[in-house]
Amino acid sequence: MSARKILVPLAAMVVFLALWELLVWVMGWPNYKMASPSDLIPAFQRYWGLFLEMGWQTLWRTVVGLLLAVVFGVALGMIMGFSRTMRDALYPLLVGFNAVPKATVVPIVALMFVGWHDFNTVLIAFMISFFPIAVSVSIGLSTLEPEYRDILRSLGASQATIFWKIALPKTLPEFFGALKVSVTLAFIGTNLMEIVSPHGRGLGALFDSGKTNSDYPLMFAVLIALAFLGIVLYYIVVALERIFAGWADRTV
Amino acid sequence: MTDDPLIDIRGVRHTFRTASGPLKVLDGLDLSVPEGGFVAVVGPSGCGKSTLTRLVAGLMIPDEGTVRVHGAPVTGPRSNVGMAFQNPVLLEWRSILDNVLLPLEIVPTKLSKPEREARARRLLALVGLEGFENKRPSELSGGMKQRASLCRALIHQPEVLILDEPFGALDAFTREDLWQTMHRVKEEEPFTGVLITHDLRESIFLADRVVVLSGRPARTQFTLEVPDTGRRTLDHLYTPEAAEMLNTLRHQIEIAQGRAPAAQAAE
Repeated sequence: MSARKILVPLAAMVVFLALWELLVWVMGWPNYKMASPSDLIPAFQRYWGLFLEMGWQTLWRTVVGLLLAVVFGVALGMIMGFSRTMRDALYPLLVGFNAVPKATVVPIVALMFVGWHDFNTVLIAFMISFFPIAVSVSIGLSTLEPEYRDILRSLGASQATIFWKIALPKTLPEFFGALKVSVTLAFIGTNLMEIVSPHGRGLGALFDSGKTNSDYPLMFAVLIALAFLGIVLYYIVVALERIFAGWADRTV
Repeated sequence: MTDDPLIDIRGVRHTFRTASGPLKVLDGLDLSVPEGGFVAVVGPSGCGKSTLTRLVAGLMIPDEGTVRVHGAPVTGPRSNVGMAFQNPVLLEWRSILDNVLLPLEIVPTKLSKPEREARARRLLALVGLEGFENKRPSELSGGMKQRASLCRALIHQPEVLILDEPFGALDAFTREDLWQTMHRVKEEEPFTGVLITHDLRESIFLADRVVVLSGRPARTQFTLEVPDTGRRTLDHLYTPEAAEMLNTLRHQIEIAQGRAPAAQAAE
């Protein structure tokens, strides 16, 4: 069962890489049009140290941005979930904010906090990823059936007790669903800033330097590295979900 | 049973403020339940029966009139109430046992942890859920969930058990099964009960008094005393006495719905 769980996705990846290699070979594309997986290995070998360093920078800034998004998103979701007035007041603002493409916000933030590269990057990662969390928590709380509340309220339980014992755990499946979306969004945010802001840090900067040096295999290698980090973080969230909200999974 | 009512509702009036204007739901509701008594409340849909349960539970305070439990006016939620609804609202992330134990995490109790667990297990066995203690709610059928919900409502030995159409969503056979379970539970774990129901047979099988509410705004329209015949079995529902009670109640419901002349209503 567990071997199957690892082998199946692994086989899918191998098939994907083989098809990619085949496509480039059949079409006869040069590597500046489309690098093939076999071109990437030398790129990884040459810049191994840089990949580790830059990959770490991208990873920690993404995680910090994501953690901020969780704290802020949950708080905002709670405010909107418990108060109708706040929900009516904040939803349009929130939707409007989310509709603004973050690529346009990046230069503004870069100018605003010029020189604070870490802060800027974390900020964009946070800004792009808190929305799904806030929405899911607010929906989870506001759709709690009144009977759940009544069961505890009739016993004299406080609002805080109702939140901890019922509302919070009941919202966890929605929360983790949103967190999975937010993980990948946070990576997009981090890289937007790393590519645009000229500080030479993170995988985005490595991508940028590949572009300026016409090192196309390096650019593709960065994309693969980003995908790899994304997969790792995603499955960490999946593991957390299984621990804290595994009860909601009906397929096992 | 003593003559002193445990639950005493007098002249209750209540109006909800809704988006489409005020909605008068209760207008002159009287109801009394003696200690150890079991009163069923029937009436047309949307007449305010659920509002009545919320009043007794202290989840809301009426505009006018008094609700007393043990002679003291109800001014807010108190821990001496157990509730079960049509929706069993079990917590999916807890085992059945932990679901039943939930009220004891809120209500102060003198019982030690093993004692609490033993009590929960005993209640579960009483309703026929022995061996399901460690299952998740999603692994149980609707009827079993309702049995677990009943145990949760009783675990803290509430003075008042409020049942708001608890068997309404079950199929007929499961429902009759649960009726018999209710009698068994009441023998072992005496309680004072208020049962909201749409099922007239259920009302005369379970309760010792049936109260018919009028259409909205609800007032107490009719009260039927169900004679004490000792231990009831389903056979009791097929006697001429039962048929007569059901006829009377059905007629009262028709009056409440405005489908029969009110002149025949017994005041």
